[in-house]
Amino acid sequence: MKKLSIILVIGTIIASCGGGGGSDVKPTTDAYDATKNEAPAGNPSYDPNRGEGKFTKVDIPATLDVAKASEGEKIYGVKCSSCHKVTDEKLVGPGWKGVTKRYAAEWIMNFVTNTDAMLNKDPKAQAQLEICLVRMPNQNLTDDDARNLYEFMRKNDGVK
Amino acid sequence: MKKIQFNMIAAAGVAILMSLNACKPKNAGNAVSSDAAAKAYVAPGKYDAFYNFVSGGFSGQMSVYGLPSGRLLRVIPVFSVDPEKGWGYSEETKPMLNTSHGFVPWDDLHHTEMSQTNGEIDGRWVFGNANNTPRVARIDLTTFRTAEIIELPNSAGNHSSPFITENTEYVVAGTRFSVPPDNVNGDVPINTYKKNFKGTLSFISVGKEDGKMDIAFQIQCPGVNFDLSHAGKGKSHGWFFFSCYNTEQANTLLEVNASQKDKDFIMAVNWKKAEEYLKAGKGRKQAVRYAHNIYNEKTHTATSEIRTEVTVLDAKELKDICYFMPCPKSPHGCDVDPTGEYIVGSGKLAALIPVFSFDKIQKAIAAKDFIGEYDGIPIIKYESALYGEVKKPGLGPLHTEFDGKGFAYTTFFVSSEVVKWNIKDLTVVDRVPTYYSVGHLCIPGGDSKKPNPKYLIAYNKITKDRYLPTGPELAQSAQLYDISGDKMQLILDFPTIGEPHYAQAVSADLIRAKSLKFFKIEENAHPYASKGEGTTKVVREGNKVHVYMTAIRSHFAPDNIEGIKMGDEVYFHVTNIEQDWDVPHGFAVKGASNAELLIMPGETQTLKWIPEKTGMYPIYCTDFCSALHQEMSGYVRVSPAGSNTPLLFSTGKNLPAADSVGSK
Ligand SMILES: [Cu+2]
Repeated sequence: MKKLSIILVIGTIIASCGGGGGSDVKPTTDAYDATKNEAPAGNPSYDPNRGEGKFTKVDIPATLDVAKASEGEKIYGVKCSSCHKVTDEKLVGPGWKGVTKRYAAEWIMNFVTNTDAMLNKDPKAQAQLEICLVRMPNQNLTDDDARNLYEFMRKNDGVK
Repeated sequence: MKKIQFNMIAAAGVAILMSLNACKPKNAGNAVSSDAAAKAYVAPGKYDAFYNFVSGGFSGQMSVYGLPSGRLLRVIPVFSVDPEKGWGYSEETKPMLNTSHGFVPWDDLHHTEMSQTNGEIDGRWVFGNANNTPRVARIDLTTFRTAEIIELPNSAGNHSSPFITENTEYVVAGTRFSVPPDNVNGDVPINTYKKNFKGTLSFISVGKEDGKMDIAFQIQCPGVNFDLSHAGKGKSHGWFFFSCYNTEQANTLLEVNASQKDKDFIMAVNWKKAEEYLKAGKGRKQAVRYAHNIYNEKTHTATSEIRTEVTVLDAKELKDICYFMPCPKSPHGCDVDPTGEYIVGSGKLAALIPVFSFDKIQKAIAAKDFIGEYDGIPIIKYESALYGEVKKPGLGPLHTEFDGKGFAYTTFFVSSEVVKWNIKDLTVVDRVPTYYSVGHLCIPGGDSKKPNPKYLIAYNKITKDRYLPTGPELAQSAQLYDISGDKMQLILDFPTIGEPHYAQAVSADLIRAKSLKFFKIEENAHPYASKGEGTTKVVREGNKVHVYMTAIRSHFAPDNIEGIKMGDEVYFHVTNIEQDWDVPHGFAVKGASNAELLIMPGETQTLKWIPEKTGMYPIYCTDFCSALHQEMSGYVRVSPAGSNTPLLFSTGKNLPAADSVGSK
């Protein structure tokens, strides 16, 4: 009981210092709040096949888009090859062989553009993190970059 | 008779004791009210409301604090090498510290000044001065890095700088020590000071878009010591004001010989007039040597150029550029209020504050209301330029800033206090102790047309025991006051680096949104950049070996290098290929005699290494970057000169172990 009241008192002090009414320390309206950074667990609307991000439905033609795949290969060289092999060998991250067969296009494109959120939320991404132990860096890919990379992954998986 | 004499001596003794006491900072007091902590408190995860750019004094750097928390956010290397960031150690940054004297690894950064548009801080750049080897630096506030440094010829002790005009047309730099000009033989007897020594003011123009600096012109003035300055604003835009001491023109024991006169001067400079003379060809070209250094954010490389000419206007010949106004006594501060009408002088040895009126100065000049000339420069009659004096405000006024609400705040070095006074009626309305000998103060925007008067920060000159003792030298300190009410309220002490001189503060909103997150790897134009591991390589060019290397969580490519030989110069060009905020990688080589690299995402930096012994040299990343950071390492093998070890480089080749093979 005593403990509880102490916590309450401390809580009140912090609240009064935190910049609410009366205090002169006003947080700016868009102040970054580190405590809110983690995504809430167990979101029922979360679709594990699509992942989280801006890609909800991507139309992928049956045959390979050679131009996109070649653009994707360039991006792979600059931003991905240091951690991912195109074989199934794990380097820092998993090898890419077969990746388009294991994940939907939306999932992959969301993962590479919205990496932090996916690593915080997606069970399959978290399972990979437990194996690799290095969070994939956000490489700031554009939407087009993501699409082109996906096409390069398809080429790597034998799509003609 | 004897008795009387004794009494007089005793009385004098008491007076001396009293004045000595008054010179001493007050001891560590604690006059804070109970809500002070709440006013300075910024909760974990919350941001500060202001950035505070503080001079690092003899550290040569600039430090950035958050207000009101007093948290140290960053130390920006400017005029001194900084191993933490590889500044002055990497091949790319070495040119930034080049001068006409060669590479200079240290300087003394005294004042900071932010760029302005229409007399308001615009958040683009902050300038700093090098006092020792005269230079002015421009720091880019998107990267918080020094973007440009320009050296100043004809100067020695660049003190009254870098103060700026209301649209950043010019940054000025007045010399602290008068010296013989660079184009004449300085090998003259020191006691020919009056004849041979000159004081030079430099007007550095600033590019409207890119901020590029250029010495537009210099004004040659009489040999005195220029201390501080401020630009006119509003109605006084077009004028600059400089405080001067040593009008005695002494050259030895200045502590006595340069405080002889009851009044020294503030010099008013009509820089618009100077521009006219410049256009009319009244300047004379003078042969000099000075360095101009620019850091290019695309090539991630600095270049240094030596320039050889400057245009000088002579204040003695061109009669209507410069005017002296008498100012009591050994003036330091020279501060212009937000309206541009009042110019406040502060005499370090004075017991009053003179306030000059711009309108009265103009009238006096028009009426030639002069009391004579000083070395060819007209002296305006004190009473004709004076608006009034603040009587008995304290001892040793030093620096004044303004709140935009009609009040001025002045620091008093000798009586260790900040005094708030009314500019119109010149009455003191509030005073607070500082607990140490105070120097400069800062109000966000307090020297602009639009102050943001929430806080006042007072910076120490002589440290006192505000914190736990740390050996013979104590922590330097700043004190934060809330000035939003009628009464100033001390709410926080925070330690600073070097000796804090002037500072600037600005609302965080103006800076934060423009902050650069990373350098785009696609735009990296460094000639030795590696864009992806596929492009990494090791190239031998005679005895120079260029290592094109990448860094990413959690390895280098290549991380095994063999075939370096004694006599080689090895250049590690390390490109950080991360593309996310705040993922630097470090790079260090065992035994390297310069320092490390700290490479920002998307950037390329080069460490030059000349091995001094054969053997095996580990390399590693110095900045913890992932769970596998400790594994981010590699080996470089150095063989004897003339040996036939082939040049090899690889990452993750997983070659079979070759334990049976020894070295040749
Ligand atoms: Cu690292």
